[in-house]
Amino acid sequence: MWQWFHKLGSPRWFYQISGKFLPWLALASMVLIVTGVVWGLAFAPEDARQGNSFRIIYIHVPASFLALAGYYVMAAAGAVGMIWKMKLADMVMVAAAPLGAALTFIALFTGAVWGKPTWGTYWIWDARITSMLVLLFLYIGIIALSRSFSTRETSTRACAILALVGTVNIPIIYKSVDWWYTLHQPATIKLTGAPSMHPDMFKPLLVMILGFYCFYALVLLLNTRTEILLREGRATWVKELAQPK
Amino acid sequence: MFQFENFDAFIAMGGHGPYVWGAYGLSLAIMAWLALAPLRRQRVLLATLRQRIQAQGQRGKG
Amino acid sequence: MTTLSGAFFGVIRRDLSIAMRHRGDLLNPLFFFLIVVTLVPLSISPEPARLAAMAPGMIWISALLATLLALDNLFQDDFTDGSLVQLMLSPQPLWLLVLAKIIAHWLVTGLPVVLFSPLLGLMLSLPEEGFAPLLLGLVLGTAVFSLLGAVGAALTVALHKGSVLLSLLVMPLYVPVLIFGTSAVQRAVDGMSYGGVMAMLAAASAFSLLVAPFAAAGALKVGING
Repeated sequence: MWQWFHKLGSPRWFYQISGKFLPWLALASMVLIVTGVVWGLAFAPEDARQGNSFRIIYIHVPASFLALAGYYVMAAAGAVGMIWKMKLADMVMVAAAPLGAALTFIALFTGAVWGKPTWGTYWIWDARITSMLVLLFLYIGIIALSRSFSTRETSTRACAILALVGTVNIPIIYKSVDWWYTLHQPATIKLTGAPSMHPDMFKPLLVMILGFYCFYALVLLLNTRTEILLREGRATWVKELAQPK
Repeated sequence: MFQFENFDAFIAMGGHGPYVWGAYGLSLAIMAWLALAPLRRQRVLLATLRQRIQAQGQRGKG
Repeated sequence: MTTLSGAFFGVIRRDLSIAMRHRGDLLNPLFFFLIVVTLVPLSISPEPARLAAMAPGMIWISALLATLLALDNLFQDDFTDGSLVQLMLSPQPLWLLVLAKIIAHWLVTGLPVVLFSPLLGLMLSLPEEGFAPLLLGLVLGTAVFSLLGAVGAALTVALHKGSVLLSLLVMPLYVPVLIFGTSAVQRAVDGMSYGGVMAMLAAASAFSLLVAPFAAAGALKVGING
């Protein structure tokens, strides 16, 4: 068990193993996302009330899922790196931040575009949108902090602490924003969340969610591998990798 | 089953075309960039490393 | 200064006496608070009814900004003159000394803002019922601002121009406090009970008290060794 743990901590071992997974992950996410997009855009039935704008859900919901899950991935990796001094976990944390921020942005953007035909406005201060915006700010804080230290070691440790404090706060922030929204809910716009979904609408969503999970894992691996090359540039095995064949 | 009568209707999305296509287009573009950017960065990293190794090798000979 | 409580109160006493020697610095956040609130009627409307509607939110946001402005100094001076490193080398647990510094800092920045707030409530024609929850809420809320802000201040202490970054890091964490704080005042003005909201605020500050000193102590170790 400990040997395995030790192995997992070795960037070299991880680089080699993840290289074998990459093509499969790329293939899976490609197939799932293309299937989901075509199915969602062309073959899913249109929503009775929202018409075709409802099709944005197939991007919006998976992106929102992973935006939040990504923060926990980042914080968990940061915690592991801090407690067990595992180099690889540090690199995963650094790799997760921009990816999570990008997915949060996608969730916000698709939400806004979806809002225009549905509620007649790009932006409303809905509880979920507002929480998503705060999540984006949390990500931006982490990225800004990670860029302001001169040494990688320090910047990673600092970001891990901030990510952990943020993780403790996220449920409180979400609950408080929810509560705030029930106080101020505008009477004209009544949101009942996602429309009650027909199975024909739900199946492509499931495919897309799976596809996004594969995609997340793929990009996380790719970013981590880049980070490994960046940090282990002096190691012999990296030099061998760079050697012209 | 295809939900639209013809291709034009598919593009128009019942009047919601710009929103739907815009949301899908930008999101998928960002995702493609997310996947391609680390690949490009790895290539650049390995290339600079290779140059450094070659430079060191030549210095060793000379 | 060998016992725990001796060290704890020693740090508080030292920080308070240093603050008393720089009284100008003490007043700056207060003037900032006052000026921001003055800008509200100038930029929106002097009409009492409209001001009263905005008063809870404006006072809370200005108080947040004023304490944020002062956070920069929590560790900065001690870091520059080297006494922070000495503090970290002392045998006492660092989180306790950090807590002492936070308390001293709150006493000279958060507390004045709280005491000043009724005056600004008057200027913004806040209805009478709002004053008690405003004061009570700000006591708890500024404590959270100082506690969570200490983590950000510790992370950015060794950076040049860390103050903008500091605000960026901690402001999202202040969202729940702002929500509960303003709605406590609003509920009181609307004639509803605000006990439940105040309890949430109290829970938030108790929770920050539990987490923040440890996180800030860890952040100091990281920020300074780097």
